[in-house]
Amino acid sequence: MSLLDYFRSSKTSSASLAKERLQILVAYERASDSQPSYLPELQKELLAVIQKYVNVNQDAMTINLEQNDNRETLELNIVLPDAHPV
Amino acid sequence: MARIIVVTSGKGGVGKTTTSAAISMGLAKKGHKTVVIDFDVGLRNLDLIMGCERRVVYDIINVINGEATLNQALIKDKNCNLLSILPASQTRNKDALTLEGVEKILEELSKDFKYIVCDSPAGIETGAHLAMYFADDAFIVTNPEVSSVRDSDRMLGILSSQSRRAERGEEPIKEYLLLSRYSAERVKSGEMMSLDDVQDILSLHLLGVIPESKSVLTSSNAGTPVILDEKSEAGQAYADIVARYLGENKPHRFIDEKSGFFRKLFGGK
Repeated sequence: MSLLDYFRSSKTSSASLAKERLQILVAYERASDSQPSYLPELQKELLAVIQKYVNVNQDAMTINLEQNDNRETLELNIVLPDAHPV
Repeated sequence: MARIIVVTSGKGGVGKTTTSAAISMGLAKKGHKTVVIDFDVGLRNLDLIMGCERRVVYDIINVINGEATLNQALIKDKNCNLLSILPASQTRNKDALTLEGVEKILEELSKDFKYIVCDSPAGIETGAHLAMYFADDAFIVTNPEVSSVRDSDRMLGILSSQSRRAERGEEPIKEYLLLSRYSAERVKSGEMMSLDDVQDILSLHLLGVIPESKSVLTSSNAGTPVILDEKSEAGQAYADIVARYLGENKPHRFIDEKSGFFRKLFGGK
């Protein structure tokens, strides 16, 4: 390793930063691209129904559609509050 | 049957028109009858890069509207008689391009030409959509830069879901990567993403790396496709790309920094 290389490796390379940022972003965008377009609307309506009975937050619910070889799974995750229903 | 190639990127300014001009000239110089179409209605520039801007009489919109025949609108290239240019309209807006109109033009050109190169406008609007819709092959022009790589990835999604081949469930469009404005020196110093970095994200079939080169600007100043500047690295890179596309086996170059005089002297590579 030459002296020049020593100085080069001492600073964080901006190219590797670019690559990291891109990998995260592109993975996220590919995933949301493959989701059906009705999913956000479905999530909103489901949440509204649940909120009629239980006092849950907007962010207490996650919705996820997974595709396996021959079946699709709609996964619904709701964190219920400790308190009793309204 | 002609092969339809779309030159696309999503992002603007990465070298789509430079690439369209270069590869269409390259294909024609290899003996294949080729036509290059400018889809950038309202912002045409292919004519300027090809040096035929003063010979434009009719354009693609005139043909679609039946105001001129295809033969009246086609311009024969002055450097190569196997190459023709179909210019975009400069005055009308992009909505003048219609799916049916473009389909008819491509059908007619297919009878006469071996390769049809579609120079896509930037963005994902009508012009870009129609440029890629009928394609068999896609040349994705990407710079080693975050916004360009992201837009290329987005474009790949569109190619695989919104093209005619996708809609008909046919064999998908073949996608090729052309990494342009590459500086091996800046890659080495860690300032620029390398070919491997970009390929880790896009993983496409690489047609070639085009180094950042002064001759791209001087060629466009003069209105001659850069591939005709055989001494320039960019010109050579495009010549390699055309050869590889046609199935020739050319080793990739311009990826690593040129070995300097001193390194050569002392036995480095």
